[in-house]
Amino acid sequence: MTKGVDVDLENVWIRFGDFVAVREANVNIKGGEFFSFLGPSGCGKTTILRSVSGFLEPSDGKVRIGGKDMAGIGPNKRPTALIFQNLALFPLMKVWENITFSMEVKGASKAERRKRADELLDMIALPDQGDKLPSELSGGQKQRVAIARALCAEPDVLLLDEPLSALDLKLRQHMRTELREIQQRVGITFIYITHDQGEALTMSDNVAVMRAGIIDQIGTGHSVYNDPATPFVASFVGENNVFRGKIKSIDGDMALVSTNRTGELLARIATSAQGKMNVGDSAMMFIRPEACNIAEDISPAANRFTARVKHEEFEGQIYNVFLEGAEGKEIKMSLVNVGKQRQSAEDNNLTLEYMPDQAVVLPAGELASE
Amino acid sequence: MRTNSLLPRLLIGAYLVVFFGYLLGPLIVMSITAFNSPSFPKMTPWECLTFEWFDVLARDERILTGIENSLIVGVGTVILSVIMGLSGALMLTQIWPKLRATYYTIVIAPILIPGVVLGISTLVFWDRISIMLGMSTGGILHNGIFLTILGQSTFIASYCMLVFIARLQRFDTGLTEAALDLGATPVQAFRKILLPFMKPAIGSAAVLAFLASFENYNTTTFTFGKFPTLTIELAQKVRYGINPSISALAFIIIVLTIIGALIHEIYRRRQQLALANGAPVAAVSGGFQLPKIFRGNPAAIILVLLALGGASTIWFSQSYSPGVCKMDVREQKRLIQEERIKEIRAKRQLELQQKQLKSPDSSGDIKSDAPVTQSPGKGAFGNVFDPGNLDKAAPKSETEKPAESPGKGAFGDVFAPKNLDKATPKDD
Repeated sequence: MTKGVDVDLENVWIRFGDFVAVREANVNIKGGEFFSFLGPSGCGKTTILRSVSGFLEPSDGKVRIGGKDMAGIGPNKRPTALIFQNLALFPLMKVWENITFSMEVKGASKAERRKRADELLDMIALPDQGDKLPSELSGGQKQRVAIARALCAEPDVLLLDEPLSALDLKLRQHMRTELREIQQRVGITFIYITHDQGEALTMSDNVAVMRAGIIDQIGTGHSVYNDPATPFVASFVGENNVFRGKIKSIDGDMALVSTNRTGELLARIATSAQGKMNVGDSAMMFIRPEACNIAEDISPAANRFTARVKHEEFEGQIYNVFLEGAEGKEIKMSLVNVGKQRQSAEDNNLTLEYMPDQAVVLPAGELASE
Repeated sequence: MRTNSLLPRLLIGAYLVVFFGYLLGPLIVMSITAFNSPSFPKMTPWECLTFEWFDVLARDERILTGIENSLIVGVGTVILSVIMGLSGALMLTQIWPKLRATYYTIVIAPILIPGVVLGISTLVFWDRISIMLGMSTGGILHNGIFLTILGQSTFIASYCMLVFIARLQRFDTGLTEAALDLGATPVQAFRKILLPFMKPAIGSAAVLAFLASFENYNTTTFTFGKFPTLTIELAQKVRYGINPSISALAFIIIVLTIIGALIHEIYRRRQQLALANGAPVAAVSGGFQLPKIFRGNPAAIILVLLALGGASTIWFSQSYSPGVCKMDVREQKRLIQEERIKEIRAKRQLELQQKQLKSPDSSGDIKSDAPVTQSPGKGAFGNVFDPGNLDKAAPKSETEKPAESPGKGAFGDVFAPKNLDKATPKDD
């Protein structure tokens, strides 16, 4: 199969009238990589994808595929294939005709197309379904046909625009693994658009987190989750408890934050903010629900705080405990279910502790809206 | 409860009868007159079953050329309107959104403009163009077919566009993008994706355009030139009096319409039935499965019966000759005539005898009786055989006129039209 090629966005701006959809995007996607754009709806991630596939020309900047500038090259001439959000299977064509449409427009013979369709149908584990119409397939099957159709065009880059969003949870999880598998087998570059951080983290080699047209952070799933670059990334990727306050002291990469409600707490300064924060700066501190635990020792310390329990939730593998936080917000703590019946602590004060290097301090900024 | 609901039910029944009578009555009457032998289309009195009016129709050059012209114009209008309508509808999806409402109003306007205006303006406009180009009056721009096609298409294209817009609204533009993305050129994307999707709409628009063109009169009446269409011919014919060949034409059109509608309905039902039974879509839209049709499909059975009926009618019309019946009717009429003549003769003889034999007083009495008994016969036949006698009788029978006229009208027409001319002024 074709080896994937690099996709580079150089200083790309995309404007619609006065509205700026994408602002100064600089991304380098390596050949054969599974790269995700993650962001809430309307953040401009689909716009970026359309500029790569050729349906949009960037207002400024350059899109390069395999080092070649794509300006002025139409979508039908680019080495990309796009899998649409609604899949866009041709409803009047049979499955095999759908899959080999890219060969048909190049004038391949019917026998040739049929043979290739059968190969691809085998690959997506749908043998003997070629003569059905797309409307006769289930959601997951359609999904796989769409992938086969895109792969049939032998693209260097496969673009996927939230292709799993229409599927139910079980199927979505199954397709995640399958997509990743296909990508590793064919070895081409995948660019994946999603608003679901679970999808992005499980499948991708690298993730770009976007907010309102701006790419906030590019990195591996691990770094995006554990070492967010902005308050937005911290609050958008996974769940996070936010504590507002001011920097009281800095010691190396650790900072002591005097929070508005829960006293002075110690946390690690995020990599992106190291060396840029000073004592007295307003800051935000983030602690993941799973990083919290019930403190054994309730004497005050820089990694402990006390709050009143509002309510509790049992989710199966975890207990969620919601505590009263600042500004009417709740602090969430997740405890692993170890098989013992937990003593409810509702309406009581509870002291929590956390590992200071699992908490992150960032300069105050915009949070993801709930 | 029952008595309460009886009245409304009766009313609804009556309403339905009136409603369908109003809708279908004229068509039924028209169809029946096509098979009656009198030379003016009428249902009663029923005289003879005849197919001669179909023959007359088949031999009527003007009607035939009219149909031919209508077909040519229809096909031309379908082609032009479908193309213009489709491009108009596609334009609507491409145009700058702010202009969309304005554009829509403009292209839909021809539907709202009276056909007469469109006809006149088409004529005037192309005449001007022709003059500007310095073409002769015999040129294409003065050709009736050309002008009629253009004139009709001005508004029929708008109808077609409405059909296309409705279909296009359900089109996912993502499909075109997907095609482009997979390497298709814009032309290929149009031909392989959009056009197949529009196919059903193109079919309906074509049918709509053809029917609208075929029945159009008010635009065509200005543009037909030397090529009168069927509607024009019919209108001209009606002006000079009609015969049942027009009913025959109407009957043919009605039958064709019913067959067309039934075929469409069968097709639709078959699809629905198959889909409801969980049949794969491919099977439904695929080949024609004859045996399946007959299962629980009354429309199909009706169609088959209709086809059989049509075939047998054709066979019957070829083997059956209404000549015998007509002879019978004529014979019957002749017999009645003769009988009446005999009666009159007998009476006249009686009168003569009375005049000769009896006293002048008594003859006066008889005379005053005579018109009463004589009048029906005399009105109709008296003038035929003895016009001189009528002159005397007429003034006497003046009071009897209402009683006379039906008899005279019916028979006088058929057997002595020339004499009728003379009789009428006298009777009046």
